[in-house]
Amino acid sequence: MSLWRYSNPAEFMRLTTPALPVLWALTGLLLGGGLAWGFFLTPDDYQQGATVKILFIHVPAALMAINAWLMMLVASLVWFIRRHHVSALAARAAAPVGATMTLIALATGAIWGQPMWGTWWAWDPRLTSFFVLFLFYLGYIALWEAVDEPDKAADLTAIVCLVGSVFALLSRYAVFFWSQGLHQGPSLSLDARENVSDVFWWPLVVCMAGFVLLFVSLVLVRTRTEIRLRRLRALEALEARG
Amino acid sequence: MMPDLARYAGTVLGAYAVTLALIALIVAVSWERAARVRRRLAEVEARVGGRRGDGQAGT
Repeated sequence: MSLWRYSNPAEFMRLTTPALPVLWALTGLLLGGGLAWGFFLTPDDYQQGATVKILFIHVPAALMAINAWLMMLVASLVWFIRRHHVSALAARAAAPVGATMTLIALATGAIWGQPMWGTWWAWDPRLTSFFVLFLFYLGYIALWEAVDEPDKAADLTAIVCLVGSVFALLSRYAVFFWSQGLHQGPSLSLDARENVSDVFWWPLVVCMAGFVLLFVSLVLVRTRTEIRLRRLRALEALEARG
Repeated sequence: MMPDLARYAGTVLGAYAVTLALIALIVAVSWERAARVRRRLAEVEARVGGRRGDGQAGT
């Protein structure tokens, strides 16, 4: 079975129809369960007190903010190379979801930063690159809306996506090579000595899985809408021609 | 049982409220738009008979 069969809109619709209820159920289960676990059942951190509970929303949102853009990059490259419309529509569908995740990461980071750093905001490398990523999301969405011709819009937004990928990667790796900022280094590591304590790690894993499923579910719903909208416009044009 | 958030109650609850509100907003907007487009497509398909397909079903 070839992966490219999913690029056929009819096949995409047929395969995602039964998958969506399952995905939404799993999203509710993991996101609800993970957030409840993190909020109600984890202890305070010895340094950060109860604010450590923000970890369970801030980290998964930041993770998805970056990975949503990388998903859009892959979809844009598929559009450039194979000219499959579903990939361009999937990239378009993902952008508002990615922008929401970025906004959640920025807002919760500011709320967390105020008591911990004594400021809501600093022009720290990671914060700044995340803010620029958010602006790229807004620009990407605006460009799709501004260009009437769909293939041209897909081409132009794919170029924006390629350029914005620099900031998506920078927001992930800025803390490694640009160490003068307020933002701490990564809390998650495969090295058990550097990773957060298990008492925080496991609910965080569940929350991250919940955010991933939320993203996938939303992108599928929105991609299906874009496919229907494309057909709707084609039929309306046909109708107008008589 | 509500955990004791001590002096950080506003901070933690504020962060969760913002997150849940933004998630609810994107889910509601996506579902509403999906329902609206599906309804419009069904109307147009009923009008033109849905005979000329470009491969994808409107359902």
